[in-house]
Amino acid sequence: MLRVDGLHTYYGRAHILADVSLDAAKGEIVVLLGRNGAGKSTTLKSIMGLVPAAQGAIRFLDRDIAGAPPHEIARLGLGYVPEDRRIFTELTVMENLEVGRQPARDDAPVWTIEKLFAIFPNLAEMRNRPGGKMSGGEQQMLTIARTLMGNPRAILLDEPSEGLAPVIVEQMARTIKALKAEGLTVVLSEQNLHFATMVADRAYIVEKGRIRYSGTMAALAADEAIRLQYLSV
Amino acid sequence: MSALAVQFLNGLASASALFLVACGLSIIFGVSRIVNFAHGSFYMLGAYLAWTFTRGLGWVGYGPLGFWGGILAAALIVGLIGVLIELVLLRRIYQAPELFQLLATFGVVLVVQDVTMAIWGAQDLLGPRAPGLRGAIDVMGQRFPQYDALLILIGPVVLGLLWLLFNRTRWGTLVRAATADREMVAALGVDQRKLFTSVFFLGTFLAALGGGLQLPREPVQLHMDMAIIADAFVVVVVGGMGSVGGAYLAALLIAQLQAFMLLVPDFEIAGLTISIAKMTLIPSFLVMAVVLIARPYGLLGKAPSHARTQASVEPVVRVTPPLLAKFGFATVAALILLPLIADEYGLMVATEILIFVLMAASLHFMMGPGGMASFGHAAYFGLGAYGAALAAKHFDAPMEAGLVAGPVLATLGGILFGWFCVRLSGVYLAMLTLAFAQIVWSIAFQWVAVTGGDNGVLGVWPSIGKTGFFYLSLALAVVGVLLLRRAIYSPFGYALRGARDSALRADAIGIDVKRVQWTAFAIAASFAGLAGALFAYFKGSVFPTYAAIPKSVDALMMVLLGGVQTISGPLVGAAVYMGLHEQLVRATELWRLVLGIAIIALVLAFPQGIAGFAAKRWAKEDGA
Repeated sequence: MLRVDGLHTYYGRAHILADVSLDAAKGEIVVLLGRNGAGKSTTLKSIMGLVPAAQGAIRFLDRDIAGAPPHEIARLGLGYVPEDRRIFTELTVMENLEVGRQPARDDAPVWTIEKLFAIFPNLAEMRNRPGGKMSGGEQQMLTIARTLMGNPRAILLDEPSEGLAPVIVEQMARTIKALKAEGLTVVLSEQNLHFATMVADRAYIVEKGRIRYSGTMAALAADEAIRLQYLSV
Repeated sequence: MSALAVQFLNGLASASALFLVACGLSIIFGVSRIVNFAHGSFYMLGAYLAWTFTRGLGWVGYGPLGFWGGILAAALIVGLIGVLIELVLLRRIYQAPELFQLLATFGVVLVVQDVTMAIWGAQDLLGPRAPGLRGAIDVMGQRFPQYDALLILIGPVVLGLLWLLFNRTRWGTLVRAATADREMVAALGVDQRKLFTSVFFLGTFLAALGGGLQLPREPVQLHMDMAIIADAFVVVVVGGMGSVGGAYLAALLIAQLQAFMLLVPDFEIAGLTISIAKMTLIPSFLVMAVVLIARPYGLLGKAPSHARTQASVEPVVRVTPPLLAKFGFATVAALILLPLIADEYGLMVATEILIFVLMAASLHFMMGPGGMASFGHAAYFGLGAYGAALAAKHFDAPMEAGLVAGPVLATLGGILFGWFCVRLSGVYLAMLTLAFAQIVWSIAFQWVAVTGGDNGVLGVWPSIGKTGFFYLSLALAVVGVLLLRRAIYSPFGYALRGARDSALRADAIGIDVKRVQWTAFAIAASFAGLAGALFAYFKGSVFPTYAAIPKSVDALMMVLLGGVQTISGPLVGAAVYMGLHEQLVRATELWRLVLGIAIIALVLAFPQGIAGFAAKRWAKEDGA
């Protein structure tokens, strides 16, 4: 469904991503693991067209989307949930959802407000609350719901567990599994190995802008040397 | 009492017109972050086209569209012209620095001025009265025009419609979301370009509607654009940029104050007659000052979120390459010998260029190392010129004293205005500098008893001959530029650049950011003032135009032509720009049109400026 080959990205002269390749099949949950500053967020932003990729191919549904503007990529059915939530603070919950709304697709799960409120019951109770007056956990739910309003085929989830209380983290894990159950493809970035183990099928480890490891979640769980080398703080 | 009531109603009617224009400006800024100088031009075009539709085509009565249909059709057409400009010009420069956007829209202003003059001529045109609203209503025994009563209603009605549009439609929701975070809106699948274009249409439509609705109230004329844009900027700054409600509130406040100021009788201080009633921009200034002390981002505005704006990486100002230094020495040496070869005309052109080199260098000092863009640098140039001229006229001061009085007045102005300006940053700061410059202009223009108003101050001649004056200008320009250069490489200059690159970090290592910027503001003002004082003696007279918007744009053009982040840039820019300007004005009647197109083309072609472009090429060759 999504395939990245030999991606290079620069911020000014700084070489942030070097030869990053990864792929995600339909219905799969793939996690990018790595420490702070490893290049996980930049990888997702490059795929989404928010940061220009200097070199490399990005294919989504067999279409080359490298260099395409973000709104066109989004309209192909690739959703993006940013790391820092980026809720429209002046807009209410309902209005935030409205901004994300796109027409339904035949080959992707269809989301209605009611269906989203069933998954995120908290949001249903604060329909007219401005985004700026919500807790971090509530905003995190809203930012995912907002992206789902676009009825995406796949979503890029940037650090969904970051800064959340442990009980909310577990709720987030259940949510992501629910998305998988609907048939959605998910590529997420994480620092939290425990969280990744709960939700992901396969993992890539990113360090200093390069992919250092790729394998199933089970294989990674068995390989302590790799975990110590790249993921221990 | 009844006079007060009528003035109150007058204020309400003016507020409506002001609101229509200002809210369009504010909406456009909110979404696109473009400060649209051409907004006043759309207002003017709306008025001219409405005049044509309602009476200009020789129809009997109001023409086939009627009065209201004519105004509406004019506004729609201007809206479409706005769309065209957005598609052809603005769309290409959304990523450019805001000053380039401002310059590009100013290019549009110049083009529209000449095109309007070519189509409608220079004469004032009288518009028709509105059908059925020619009479007056009785307000406590005083007559009040029916049409103005209708205008009073139009303001709140438009405000209400806009509120519905922004809060009850998907389009409005998207626009509000894009105002907060454009990139996120794009990532959610919304085509920002269409959104921007539609917003631009709405904004220009409202401006043109405001212009058309003025038809029965005042004659249509060529200065409407600059007159309204100053007021509209003040309203937008006071109301909060991007806020429609704020624009209404501010328009109300300012229009009311202006209305009541008319009732203040003239009075005398120390033998000078002061006529508050004639100084219509003074109340705007007072409101703006009070509001900005309490709320730096306007009544209903919010501080911009810096998190979203990617910090632009400003290049380090390099030590002058030896080759360039040699070139500089050679230029000065050549200039010293110039009077031996040049005729009188050549000498005068050279003198003028030297004066503007000083002006450009002073603007560069606050824009480049200081990171404070000024849209109103003419204020300090003008203050310098008036300081010198008034000293000569009222106190018979000799030239030496005038050349001190000018910069002193400009420095005082810089200290006063700078205190407000450094509280803001980026485009907000720039808007404020523009508003202050308009205040200086209006004082020069309206305080006739002291400044002579439009007639200016005449007979400010230097006490030395043309050659002597050339050497004086050369000496002051060289010393001024070297002093400014010295300041950039001093600890103060480093602190200033630190404050520009990261106010937060500079603050954390103990730099008093505001004080450093305030000081830089005052320094820039004093050197601009020196240039202004020199210019006064050079021309032998001083006019309000020295402090007007076009003069500020001249200075900006010089700096930007040369490139903001090179010290030699503004010097090159001043020489090139003044040379071109001089030739253009001599060569063609339509110099505004040509200059406007040239500005637009330059902005599109060299977003780094000429010297910046050259420096980049230079650096590339170095690296290769």
